[in-house]
Amino acid sequence: MKRFINIILLIFSVFISCGKLEPKAPLDEDILDGPVEGLSDEQRAMFLKGDIAFNNDVFTKETGLGPLFVSTSCGSCHAGDGKGHPFTTLTRFGQINEQGNLFLHAGGPQLQNRAIPSHQPETIPAAATFSKFTPPANTGLGFLDAVSDADILAMADPNDGDGDGISGVTNWVSLKNYITLREGSIDNAGKYIGRFGKKGAAYNLLQQTAGAYNQDMGIVSTYEPYDTYSGEEIDPEVSNQTVQHVVFYLKTLKAPVPRNTGDANTIAGKGLFTQINCNKCHVAELKTSASSIAALSYQTFAPYTDLLLHDMGNALDDGYTEGSAKTYEWKTPPLWGLGLAKISQGGSYYLLHDGRARSIEEAILLHGGEGAHARDKYKALSKEEKQQLIIFLESL
Amino acid sequence: MRKIFFVLLCLLIAKTTTAQIDNTLFRRKPLDSTGMLLNMDAVYNRPFLSVGKLPVALGGYVEANYQHLGTDGITEGHQFQMRRFTLFVASSISRKIKFLSEIEFEDGTKEINIEFAALDIEFHPLFNVRGGVIMNPIGAFNQNHDGPKWEFVDRPVSATQMLPATWSNVGFGIYGKQFQKDWVLAYEAYLTNGFNDKIIDNSEGKTFLPAAKENRERFEESFNGVPLVTAKGAIRHKRIAEVGLSYMGGVYNKFQDDGLELDKRRRVDVFAVDVNSTLPRLRTFINAEWAWVYVDVPATYTQQYASRQRGGFADIVQPLYTGNIFGFNKSVINAAFRFEYVDYNVGRFNETGDNISDHYYAIVPAISWRPSPQTVLRFNYRYSWKSDLLGNPLSKTAGIQVGFSSYF
Repeated sequence: MKRFINIILLIFSVFISCGKLEPKAPLDEDILDGPVEGLSDEQRAMFLKGDIAFNNDVFTKETGLGPLFVSTSCGSCHAGDGKGHPFTTLTRFGQINEQGNLFLHAGGPQLQNRAIPSHQPETIPAAATFSKFTPPANTGLGFLDAVSDADILAMADPNDGDGDGISGVTNWVSLKNYITLREGSIDNAGKYIGRFGKKGAAYNLLQQTAGAYNQDMGIVSTYEPYDTYSGEEIDPEVSNQTVQHVVFYLKTLKAPVPRNTGDANTIAGKGLFTQINCNKCHVAELKTSASSIAALSYQTFAPYTDLLLHDMGNALDDGYTEGSAKTYEWKTPPLWGLGLAKISQGGSYYLLHDGRARSIEEAILLHGGEGAHARDKYKALSKEEKQQLIIFLESL
Repeated sequence: MRKIFFVLLCLLIAKTTTAQIDNTLFRRKPLDSTGMLLNMDAVYNRPFLSVGKLPVALGGYVEANYQHLGTDGITEGHQFQMRRFTLFVASSISRKIKFLSEIEFEDGTKEINIEFAALDIEFHPLFNVRGGVIMNPIGAFNQNHDGPKWEFVDRPVSATQMLPATWSNVGFGIYGKQFQKDWVLAYEAYLTNGFNDKIIDNSEGKTFLPAAKENRERFEESFNGVPLVTAKGAIRHKRIAEVGLSYMGGVYNKFQDDGLELDKRRRVDVFAVDVNSTLPRLRTFINAEWAWVYVDVPATYTQQYASRQRGGFADIVQPLYTGNIFGFNKSVINAAFRFEYVDYNVGRFNETGDNISDHYYAIVPAISWRPSPQTVLRFNYRYSWKSDLLGNPLSKTAGIQVGFSSYF
């Protein structure tokens, strides 16, 4: 009887303690995925659907992959919703000015460098210039999407009116026919402000998502109905509902949570960041306007970007561009989540638009053009100050 | 009224039938204890039940468990699972011709598979012919996979997620054995239908040999008309160990269709080594298997699909107590430990030259109670680590699994 009772007690204690034998969740500040706070139950359910479509759906020949493609799923380019790796870096080619892409007939603008068996992938035409784009982090995109055009324009200084050597211009882009204008969009001769992508050539996350399905995975939707291989309009391979779920997921991914904010070096680094004028382009705080998602409406957030294009100098001029941007202009990348880049890039940094910078310092030193002034100021800092600045950047 | 009459009649028949059962008529075929059996003998070394002098014997096993696992702080909660319910039917058609079939219901009725349905014709100990649905003898686990033989709730990951256990196909082959005092040597060689291009085009997003099982037509027709060759050689010394070396290979893609050439012939080749031994004094049982997979993946495809994989497992089972527990006179309590590892993608990124990660490893300490040799109750604690392709921080999964498995 005693033995029997002991066994019952053992079974009971196993049931009670089983959760304690399992790995703990990482701290919220140490990961990039997860929804913004304040979503309703219905919105969380939609977030989950988008999460599954983004991270779990792997396309195959049967489900429409390719025939030409770069990657087989959204998640394989954005591991843990973070920055990507050279393995899935995109190559775009064929446009040298705002007149448009000269190589659309040859597969432009995006190179599909992989192909399903028995097909041949694309190659870059000999005469075409190209640029490589490392996949960006997905976090906090909904906040960036909800910044008003007026706020973005207010940060622009095309003629450098304040004489600080930094201009900042918007990329005016033509809209795809499936785009619905967000409230407050500013019309400039039928063109609108782009704010997503390395060159800021995508108007919103629907364009970014439908484009990625089509150009990255060879998946046709009603939004982007043309097969990248044949150029023909074919039946959709992903439903509108799934695309919209992914868009919702991207909109409602939380913003990265800063770490070690009370650390003395972080605080000192933050001061240096402003002192050497990094904040002129990497604007610390932005505000959202009204959003259909209440949790994103009228929020102040800290992305460290102005969403504008800046001349980054000859070293970063690949001779390729999109929209109205010049080949030497790049949209200021948000710095939030920079310290977590390594956990999605396989333990190493691959920074700047094409991953050429293998450290934060290298990325700073590669700044030219409008960034040259801040770069030179960085060079003039003491070793300790440089370290403090990098500690601050890694805390974002 | 007619319905009531019908129900009563059924009940009467059922009662009469029950009354006719005489347990003395059932004979349970004892398990072999000569110590000369090999993994290849596993399909017939099962506790079949035969009735009187009927040439047909029946058997089967069942596996069910409870588990509570969590991954990086997220858990699916309490899970009760009916993993498998398997039925065997064996028949001695004549002294030298026999037939065995194994039908498995996995996860309830989510999957129903004919795992084995083969006719054996014995010509000579060194030359026997087997044909039908056979289990390709790659490694040891694929042939020797019955739940009651293992102290662990989960099957080895290398055997089920890298190798495609349980992997059976239609085909024919030969096998034989040679006994020499305490030694036994054996071979098997089969030609069967084989893999298909799902192994590098699947929703797992990695080279995944088990994806070939999705092709249900493999029992009806070959995917590409080229047979899969499987061959195994094994040697055992009664008091030392059994060592097996096996190979399985063939063309996996549809290189031509309707007379038109579509692609070059692309091969998949698998090599495996398996070892098992029982240490004489301690009666410690050691069982290990390691396999290498080579797949000809087109260079213009994606490195997400590996051209090389490797992995295996090692089990150690130590009997701690033998005796009477709750009236089960031949109870055995075992402590067991499993280590398993799979590298799903052996290679380096073309873009960076860095190692492609995508690996998995786990440790499983376990306690098992065998109230009889045919039944095992298992308590496992599993802790596993999994990396993505890029080698980002490992995802950790752990938790307890409690279950049973028994022949019947």
